[in-house]
Amino acid sequence: MRIELKVNGMLRTIEVEPRTTLLDCLRDVLDLKGAHAGCEHGVCGACTVLFDGVAVRACLMFAAQAAGSEITTVEGITPGPGELSPIQDAFCETHGTQCGYCTPAMVLVAHALLADNPAPTREEIVEAISGNICRCTGYAQIVEAIALAAEHMRGVNRPPSLTK
Amino acid sequence: MKAAPFEYYRAADIDEACAMLAADDGARLIAGGQTLVPMMVMRLARPTRLIDINRIATLSYIRQETHKDGEGVAIGATTRQCVVERDATVAAKVPLLACAIPNIGHAATRARGTIGGSLANADPAAECALVAVTLDAVLSYREGGKTAEIPAREFFVGPMVTCLPAGACLISARFPVWQGDKIGVGFHEVNARRSDFAFVSAAAQVELGADGTCKRIAIGVGAATDFPLRLASAEQQLKDTALDAKAVTAAVREAIADIEPLSDLHASAEYRRRAAVHLVTRAVADARTHALGTKPQEKSHAH
Repeated sequence: MRIELKVNGMLRTIEVEPRTTLLDCLRDVLDLKGAHAGCEHGVCGACTVLFDGVAVRACLMFAAQAAGSEITTVEGITPGPGELSPIQDAFCETHGTQCGYCTPAMVLVAHALLADNPAPTREEIVEAISGNICRCTGYAQIVEAIALAAEHMRGVNRPPSLTK
Repeated sequence: MKAAPFEYYRAADIDEACAMLAADDGARLIAGGQTLVPMMVMRLARPTRLIDINRIATLSYIRQETHKDGEGVAIGATTRQCVVERDATVAAKVPLLACAIPNIGHAATRARGTIGGSLANADPAAECALVAVTLDAVLSYREGGKTAEIPAREFFVGPMVTCLPAGACLISARFPVWQGDKIGVGFHEVNARRSDFAFVSAAAQVELGADGTCKRIAIGVGAATDFPLRLASAEQQLKDTALDAKAVTAAVREAIADIEPLSDLHASAEYRRRAAVHLVTRAVADARTHALGTKPQEKSHAH
């Protein structure tokens, strides 16, 4: 079936089977490999994308269902080509990226959290990432990264895309 | 992990969805899809047609309604769990639901999961189902152009089985609002990891009199049996008492003496029975404390 998907601000007309998940559509049809295929049944959180600004699991939705909504993947949150968002930058700074498999999802969850709550407590950060599994178990640095990003983003140089 | 082929149809309104559902044995409704999609990719479910009701705007709302059975908060079937979680009316009028919802899955699944989907799916461990049974919610469904109602306590008939007719679509759940100024709630569950499926869950809502005795109490146990149980006999015993922990434990132990708890590799029947007694005791204690207003409601973190 032919559907129109708005991904990272661009409207794309694509051909998918109804059974194609949003995750497979992003990775295989639109070549956006940032959303990772982990467990593919809603347990690991590696496929997290933003659906109308809210973090959801791309493996638990069919692409056809997403027509008419705005999808943001990790490729869509950078200020410009070759640049990092403040959240990605904080992940580098605190060594929040271990093997990197869970990272795009963690970054997007952090993105949704900080858009809603610019000054989360440690407990709120832990709760926010509780649905995302890091098999390197590098949670401490991930929590640290999100706290650092929040601190940076509360500063003056907020890019307009992150201002709500 | 790919679903078997199916046809996808986005329903424009509820009657169209019901008509399509009635016309095709292989058709299923999809709302949040947080259970159905994993079932489909594991090929445990193979619907040949999916009728998407997510975009039917009239199915998503939270509003106060007064019926002959009193004041209630009606929640549309496709209202997202995350919306209910943050709703001020729900927090003020149906605090037990507000207290239970953070225990459903994770934020990313609550962002898609719906109230109606959770009820219609009828997982024995579903928090929404437990609250609906405990508070005596009334469920409405649409079938063949007509709307009908069914009490939540009659709705569940087995694990993942409800008495909803084939060709019917759940449209709302109405939760009764308790009047009174000393109302408190408690909710506890035990699971392997936070927000995983509960092995046992317990919900309690109490209303205390001016002297602190219990004027009204509702207690339910989830995940222990095929569908949520309301412990009416324990409620009878505990009404007009001070809700002493020992008395609560004894009443609950007696009330569940005859049940046959589920048993699986995670939790034996005997474990579930023991855990149920403890979790209900804690939920009632929390509800009492909450009603007295002495301590803020604690998040459920049972171990």
